[in-house]
Amino acid sequence: MTTSELTLPTTAEAGPRRRRMLGAGKQLNAGPVTYVVLTVFALVSLAPLVWTAVAASRTDRRLAQTPPPLWFGGNLFRNLQSAWDEAGLGTAMLNSTFVAGMITVSTVLFSTLAGFAFAKLRFRFSNVLLLLTIGTMMIPPQLAVVPLYLWMSDLGWSNQLQTVILPSLVTAFGTFFMRQYLVQALPTELIEAARVDGASSLRIVWHVVFPAARPAMAVLGLLTFVFAWNDFLWPIIALNQQNPTVQVALNSLGTGYVPDQAVIMAGALLGTLPLLVAFLLFGKQIVGGIMQGAVKG
Amino acid sequence: MTNPKQALAQPASSPDAASGKQPGAAPGADGRGAPAGADSWRSRLYRWDMKASPYAFIAPFFLLFGAFSLVPLLYTAWYSLHDVQLSALDHQTWAGLDNYKNLLSSDFFWNALGNTFTIGVISTVPQLMAALGLAHLLNYRLRGSTVWRVVMLTPYATSVAAATLVFTLLYSWDGGMINWILHFFGVDPVNWRESDWGSQFAVSSIVIWRWTGYNALIYLAAMQAIPTDLYESAAIDGANRWQQFRHVTIPQLRPTILFTVVVSTIGATQLFGEPLLFGGVSGSKGGSEHQYQTLGLYMYDQGWIIGNLGKASAIAWSMFLILLVVAAVNLLLNRRLRKSQ
Repeated sequence: MTTSELTLPTTAEAGPRRRRMLGAGKQLNAGPVTYVVLTVFALVSLAPLVWTAVAASRTDRRLAQTPPPLWFGGNLFRNLQSAWDEAGLGTAMLNSTFVAGMITVSTVLFSTLAGFAFAKLRFRFSNVLLLLTIGTMMIPPQLAVVPLYLWMSDLGWSNQLQTVILPSLVTAFGTFFMRQYLVQALPTELIEAARVDGASSLRIVWHVVFPAARPAMAVLGLLTFVFAWNDFLWPIIALNQQNPTVQVALNSLGTGYVPDQAVIMAGALLGTLPLLVAFLLFGKQIVGGIMQGAVKG
Repeated sequence: MTNPKQALAQPASSPDAASGKQPGAAPGADGRGAPAGADSWRSRLYRWDMKASPYAFIAPFFLLFGAFSLVPLLYTAWYSLHDVQLSALDHQTWAGLDNYKNLLSSDFFWNALGNTFTIGVISTVPQLMAALGLAHLLNYRLRGSTVWRVVMLTPYATSVAAATLVFTLLYSWDGGMINWILHFFGVDPVNWRESDWGSQFAVSSIVIWRWTGYNALIYLAAMQAIPTDLYESAAIDGANRWQQFRHVTIPQLRPTILFTVVVSTIGATQLFGEPLLFGGVSGSKGGSEHQYQTLGLYMYDQGWIIGNLGKASAIAWSMFLILLVVAAVNLLLNRRLRKSQ
């Protein structure tokens, strides 16, 4: 920072040199202050998660005392066990894996197909339909839950997993995301060449579109999985503690199902762990996906 | 395609054939009939494929999306005009605008609307400003830049439920981490659960914690797309780094900032999980005095705790109308921005 301010008032002879420096101004090396501030941000981001683990390793009584514990205790596994068995986190993790897995596969598949059609194929009303998709991207889930609840109870499906899978099988975001990616990542000549060779549309999808779309499909899959795993409003209406997803089990914990703060923290930790692992493994891709979606969105 | 071909093959057979009026007149008349037939079958299939496949590709998406998002939207409007009780789902009677009149004369509705607005402001404004600053820092050339970005995004991996459970414990009245830290700065313990501003701030802080990193990445992406020569000419004009940020970065980011404001507003309008779980056992009331009951929470409370699904539908549609207004304002602002540029 200081260097560039100092170079500013120099004379015209220093022009070219100055220009180069300032041209790269945006990628200036970070100074110590930047690292300090970033560290503060990082601490604020991570501390609550680390402290969840600390609290999960203590007892309910200890957590009610002042000062709050700052380091790990010896009760982690007992609390995790309680959360797994009593609070139903075990069942919930299995259910959430299944639900989020189904939603991810279906969203990625159907979004790629629809995104390809919007990106590269010409058909009637394509612009109107795309606008409709974008426009409805931001309708809150509250606008759907009453009819969904009435239909699902008509079907006698209360508390069954398909009630939370079916309404989430596709997202407008997914289709828009794939469309934006394929517009520039899939060369139109490639499709035309395949057509000249007499390939049917299905073959083109399989042999041309899917390979080109693979990186975006992976990112959309990760984002969708996170979204589905964390979905809250509709699952807590549609399911209860008898057959919960992770968020439903956590909701039960929070409303006093097991009134033990250490167990509640163990539950929060367990329910977040799969996503933290995913972030550890694929953090770079997830970050890239969000930034990609942002530029074009 | 077949007709002109045949017409060309037999230019002299009849005047009508040349103009394509008798397409079926000649096939099989010479040796080319059979391949032409196969050709036409193939080309017809090809054309059918070209025409139908786009619709086939978008069909699964639109069928599912329509059935579970668009149709329910309309049904919610329909139910909002009916008396629908959770205890008697089969007895739905026409109620006209009663549910809406009921809402407009309800103190709890206006309270929830006000809370949604204040919590929305407290959570969105600091969040986006912090995200902007964070993005600016992340835009420097950093050691381990990916690691920094992933770390900033980890709160996003934490679900609303998990984050709120943890923050509720951090905010507890006695023995809570936050009051304990405040005590070091000589601040008296705050009753984060019961006080008006305290509870609203606590709920907002959960939102801020979860979303700041995410928005910072969106700003960062937009910052990286700003052409460097803009900074060069600003520097030549003698702008220091703060002035460059103020007069180059911010104006260039304006569409992105508007975008995040809209998205955050939408998120704030439907805020639900944080206040619900922050309230613990009686969470749907949003505190003993309804001090942090948001519209989303009020809807859940009326629909599934009180059991009045018709009224809940009316609340949902009120939220939708609010968002339509937001979208309209956004559109106007956008247009004005574009004109001024």
